[in-house]
Amino acid sequence: MSKDIIPNSKELKAKARRKKYTTVSIPVTLYNRIKNLIKDTGFTSVSDYVTYVLREIVAMHEAAKSEEPFTPEDVERIKRKLKALGYLD
Amino acid sequence: MIPRPHGGRLINRVISGRRRERLLSEVKEMPLITVSDDIAVDLVNIARGVFSPLEGFMVQEDFLNVLYEMRLANDLPWTIPIVLDVDPAEIIDLKEGDDVVLVDTNKRPLAILYIEEIYGYKKDEFAERVFKTRDKKHPGVFRVYQMKELLMGGKIELLNEPPNPFERYTLYPAETRVLFKEMGWKTIVGFQTRNAPHLGHEYIQKTALAFADGIFINPLIGKKKPGDFKDEVILKAYEVLLSHYYPKKVAVLAILRTWMRYAGPREAIFHAIIRKNFGCTHFVVGRDHAGVGNYYRPYEAHEIFKEFPDLGITPIFFREFFYCRKCGGIVNEKTCPHGDEYRIRFSGSKIREMIKQGKKPPAYMMRPEVAEVILKWNNPFVE
Repeated sequence: MSKDIIPNSKELKAKARRKKYTTVSIPVTLYNRIKNLIKDTGFTSVSDYVTYVLREIVAMHEAAKSEEPFTPEDVERIKRKLKALGYLD
Repeated sequence: MIPRPHGGRLINRVISGRRRERLLSEVKEMPLITVSDDIAVDLVNIARGVFSPLEGFMVQEDFLNVLYEMRLANDLPWTIPIVLDVDPAEIIDLKEGDDVVLVDTNKRPLAILYIEEIYGYKKDEFAERVFKTRDKKHPGVFRVYQMKELLMGGKIELLNEPPNPFERYTLYPAETRVLFKEMGWKTIVGFQTRNAPHLGHEYIQKTALAFADGIFINPLIGKKKPGDFKDEVILKAYEVLLSHYYPKKVAVLAILRTWMRYAGPREAIFHAIIRKNFGCTHFVVGRDHAGVGNYYRPYEAHEIFKEFPDLGITPIFFREFFYCRKCGGIVNEKTCPHGDEYRIRFSGSKIREMIKQGKKPPAYMMRPEVAEVILKWNNPFVE
């Protein structure tokens, strides 16, 4: 294994920064509202605020999509183990 | 409502049945890499969904995103690199696309790693980003500088689990999720600990129980620093505490087998994600969660949660509990108006010091039954 596959610090940072942002259009009026809203808050830019809010909403929507990860057989097998270990009566 | 696992799907990378038999017969012909006991337990954590959505060791894109953004490449919150370090000399004949058997120190096959990427990394950057210091006195940083020179990323499949001295208390996320449902719990508070319980811990747990259906006490079992309580002592102490002081059906005690990174705030997020995978809706974050020395500010582990609106588990930040001689009970700043002269803090180091000297800590600090069981050990501390 050659040493030259070990990147230097600058390369690591550059790679981490690549693909970091893309552009999404929002109405200028909304942009201005957000700009006013975030004055004197911890948000340093409209993009930061929009990212924060979107992550929260996206996670909420993802959570609503529930799926049953176990088959009935899995559940029965797990219950037997839980009983054997004393977690269930 | 029990939350979805992190990333939406509980990972299962455990091979069973005929396929396992076939692979076990093939591993003799495959290249081997020996892994440490710590990596061995993390293999189980990956395969059993404790680290969902990870399906293996991180490839470079995930690794760098975790260092710089505290997120995986797919934007999911993740703060601690889960990586396999390898020595260039031991992988001389290996390349991306190969399969390799990961074996324990007794050469017993544990898992197959499907190599996706072999890459270099900078230890200074790893330490600086994750631990906020390059000081080798920090146990997590020290460990980074001991790591081998390259990282190997790719999915794994588990063939065998490493020996587990605590089978009785081992549950995986698939099991806790069924258990919580069977118990009828909808709000579950995860409680991380690496200590034998004193009354401060008990009050936090019981305060949480005032609003939650159940508490999941999940001691971290694995490599710790000298002076910490031994794993078996922590478990025995909790057994005694639960049997004497907790109603039945409100608490579940099961272990988390992994090792402390001592990464403070980043590790608090990591611990929260793990408890979300176990099915917890809430997670208690300590004042100096996963901290060591003075590397992190008090409550820094609380502040970091503001950066993760999409974590999917609710952190609970308790103020420190203490005994107030004027109130005559255990209280915190929010419930006690008296000055410092009346307050006796629950100092873990003070309790450990008393135990080291064979003294029983006072009953307002530690339950007598818990103290007695700890004092039965010749040396209850990690050396």
